[in-house]
Amino acid sequence: MILKSWWKILAVILLTITFIGGFLIKVPRVGNLYETIRNLFFHVPMWFGMMALLAVSLIYSIIYLSKPSAKNDIYSVEYAKTGTLFGVLGLITGAIWARYTWGEFWSNDPKQLLAAVALLIYAAYFILRNSIPDIDKRAKISAVYNVFACAMLIPTLWIIPRMVESLHPGGQGVEGNPGLNSKDRDPAMGMIFLPAVIGWTLLGIWITTLKIRLALIKEKKLANE
Amino acid sequence: MSKLKKILLPFFSILFTIPSMAQTVAADSGDNHGFMQSNDKIYVVMVIVTTILAGLIFYVARLDKKISKLEKESN
Repeated sequence: MILKSWWKILAVILLTITFIGGFLIKVPRVGNLYETIRNLFFHVPMWFGMMALLAVSLIYSIIYLSKPSAKNDIYSVEYAKTGTLFGVLGLITGAIWARYTWGEFWSNDPKQLLAAVALLIYAAYFILRNSIPDIDKRAKISAVYNVFACAMLIPTLWIIPRMVESLHPGGQGVEGNPGLNSKDRDPAMGMIFLPAVIGWTLLGIWITTLKIRLALIKEKKLANE
Repeated sequence: MSKLKKILLPFFSILFTIPSMAQTVAADSGDNHGFMQSNDKIYVVMVIVTTILAGLIFYVARLDKKISKLEKESN
């Protein structure tokens, strides 16, 4: 049993490190960030976690398309749900932080807008799913849509943010990736950031597996009736 | 049950360090320079968010256990 759930324990340990270390370490002073630079351990992992969960969702959608089964469909949709939850949390925490660093909750920054677009594409995925009563049709259409939805993450989160000017780190003319500015970080922050990303992602996977197991039980009950 | 205990054991062992930290502070809180009071009391927030994390993890672990039970019943 302990061998099977080692990653859950790892998630708890890594998140504990994040929550304690995230406050304890000394952080560099950058611009008007002050202590809000510690958001790196809480806000940024939401996006990393979202990408990981949505990537898993994509993989199960592709598996579904080559080998249709209710199980693959459930895996795909539950990972997409948790991924979207992480994205929404990332957007909200980003807006709260932006209020005190950029001056506005929502300043129509390209990165904010495109992240919102990416999430709305996933919102459409759930609406599309729920609008199809036929189970097999629903699974197939949503698997196809999911492939496109995940593909849209690449321009909305990775390509366009690099091409335009932005308040957020990593816009046009700035080195680094759209998520974070490597020059602003020091090794101590990296020591907490990596556990944070892995810990949050594992927690997301844990929650997803619970939802999957519940959905599978429901599915079984439905089949037995 | 043993699974839940195993999941929570390392976590609670870490949690126990928090009250012990708070006690050392209480001892020298008279001079207002204890650990919890330092840096504009930011570490109070640290303990609070850690407590919330503890509560959420506890909740998720319990849910995990309940679903395992359901799985056993449906098999």
